[in-house]
Amino acid sequence: MTPYILRRLAQSALVLFIMSLLVFGGVNLVGDPVEMLINPEADQAEVERVMRDLGLDRPVTEQYWYFLVNAFKGDLGDSFIFGEPALKLILQRMPATLELACFSLFISLLVAIPLGIYAGYKPDSKVSKTIMAGSILGFSMPTFWVGIIFIMIFAVHLGWLPSTGRGEIGVFLGIHSSLFTLDGLSHVFLPALNLALFKMSSVIRLTRAGTREIILQDYITFARAKGLSEKRVVMVHVMKNILIPIVTVIGLEFGSLIAFSTVTETVFAWPGMGKLIIDSIYNLDRPVIVAYLMIIVTFFVFLNLAVDILYTFLDPRVRIKGTEQ
Amino acid sequence: MKHRFKNFQNFWRDFSANKVAVVALFIFSLILFVAIFAPLVSPTDPYDLNTVSIMNSRLPPLSEDFGGNYFLLGTDGAGRDMVSAIFYGLRVSLGVGVLSGIFALIIGSFFGISAAFFRGKYETFIMRIVDIQLSFPSILVALIILAAFGKGVEKTIIALILVQWAYYARTARASALVEINKEYVDAARCLAFGNARIMFKHILPNCMAPLIVVGTLQTAHAISLEATLSFLGLGLPITEPSLGLLIGNGFEYMYSGDFWISIFPGVALLITVASINLVGDHLRDMFNPRLQ
Repeated sequence: MTPYILRRLAQSALVLFIMSLLVFGGVNLVGDPVEMLINPEADQAEVERVMRDLGLDRPVTEQYWYFLVNAFKGDLGDSFIFGEPALKLILQRMPATLELACFSLFISLLVAIPLGIYAGYKPDSKVSKTIMAGSILGFSMPTFWVGIIFIMIFAVHLGWLPSTGRGEIGVFLGIHSSLFTLDGLSHVFLPALNLALFKMSSVIRLTRAGTREIILQDYITFARAKGLSEKRVVMVHVMKNILIPIVTVIGLEFGSLIAFSTVTETVFAWPGMGKLIIDSIYNLDRPVIVAYLMIIVTFFVFLNLAVDILYTFLDPRVRIKGTEQ
Repeated sequence: MKHRFKNFQNFWRDFSANKVAVVALFIFSLILFVAIFAPLVSPTDPYDLNTVSIMNSRLPPLSEDFGGNYFLLGTDGAGRDMVSAIFYGLRVSLGVGVLSGIFALIIGSFFGISAAFFRGKYETFIMRIVDIQLSFPSILVALIILAAFGKGVEKTIIALILVQWAYYARTARASALVEINKEYVDAARCLAFGNARIMFKHILPNCMAPLIVVGTLQTAHAISLEATLSFLGLGLPITEPSLGLLIGNGFEYMYSGDFWISIFPGVALLITVASINLVGDHLRDMFNPRLQ
């Protein structure tokens, strides 16, 4: 196992290095942040002063070298707009994004697993066909448009739920989150449901495919032969085995929820890091763009590594090359 | 030629077994027609400043202006007819989606088939890149490209190609690995045909079925992704008003209750993407040997 993990770590480091080159190089080729920052009537001396302050008068290679050296010290540069460390800005907004992603993962699993098992258990029934047709529809609906419709119906027309912001933030066990207050929950519900809809379709399909396979296995036939009730067969025997693919996929799904939250956060003005990156792209706030992309890429690289390792523990049939004794 | 026709007949017999897919194909053909002939079928030219009047801004659906112009789906903030704007928008959205799909198909199947053909270090290298890229969600890959290099038509198309090529490469390699062991490839080798000729004239045509399935589903995905990126303001510029930009444009008016400006372009997008997905889903079932 250890050589495998070491090899994967080396590969991850290479991916991160290439990504930093690409992102840093790309960002520094686009636009002129100085123009966005200062008064258009400023004279040349002023422009040069700002450029010197931001380190933009140096060659790109030198800037990149400073970036790399500082990145190893945990400093990803200061935001041009806020004047604060980019890392701090992102970490400040991370809890809001994580809370949104967790809640919507919860909603999507709560709805999708039972529906998926049903559709796999009775694949030819009308209800199952409706579920599957619904999942194609869910797959095809653009997230941002569904978000707009939610706001239109539930916030503008019916006025039941708020459509912007995070609401009141409660504290529980030292964790600050809007999931702990009623006002916060009412704020998180629409964006979370919006984000969850997209995931539901894929989890339904996965659960259905898994159930259809499991239902044909010998141990299910055996469980039935023992005279167990169908309810017990489904709730215990099918459920337990369906969890193997689902648990491993949850990690990846969670990652993609965080990536997709950029869209939902923009629609619902949710103060998370996804909205921060979109705002920073508009404002050409290079350090924040670079920092966000590097953090999220790092996050994904390690998430994938963790999922692959976890997979070998959960399913002993999977053995990675080089680990067999 | 007769043989080809027979093949098509068989294909159509299988395909038409699923009525939903037939309806979806019909709807998609209609959308394609509208997109290609947008200037001919649109009631007005929404980007001709001579015909668009700001006096007509934000008219609700089914209204008429003083000049007798009828607006079935209402008008947007600049007084443009929504029906025409949607027709032109479909053109941009489908154009970008299909173009990026074709490029991704070419690039992906080139690397996929050559990886299967040459094996060894080259294959490991290509497939490792594919694996790494597929471990990132598509929106993140597109976000990295567009955040780093800025928005624009070419950049959006490049981002969409980069998002998709790995799926084609993986599919092409998997089916090429099966084809390579067949007798016709041995025969072609015995005739001392060049590698390129064997790969692209002999193996590629036999890998087309799964590639077409991936192609339909990926194109739907690309159209949806482009709309998302354009809505976020990262994709196409304002001069290429795709459906995503139309929806984003309507987003500003939503709180004042002018729902039609962003709802109808969204409905058009949904119908387009859903009809392609339904056709693709059925094609996948048809070509899946396990279900036959």
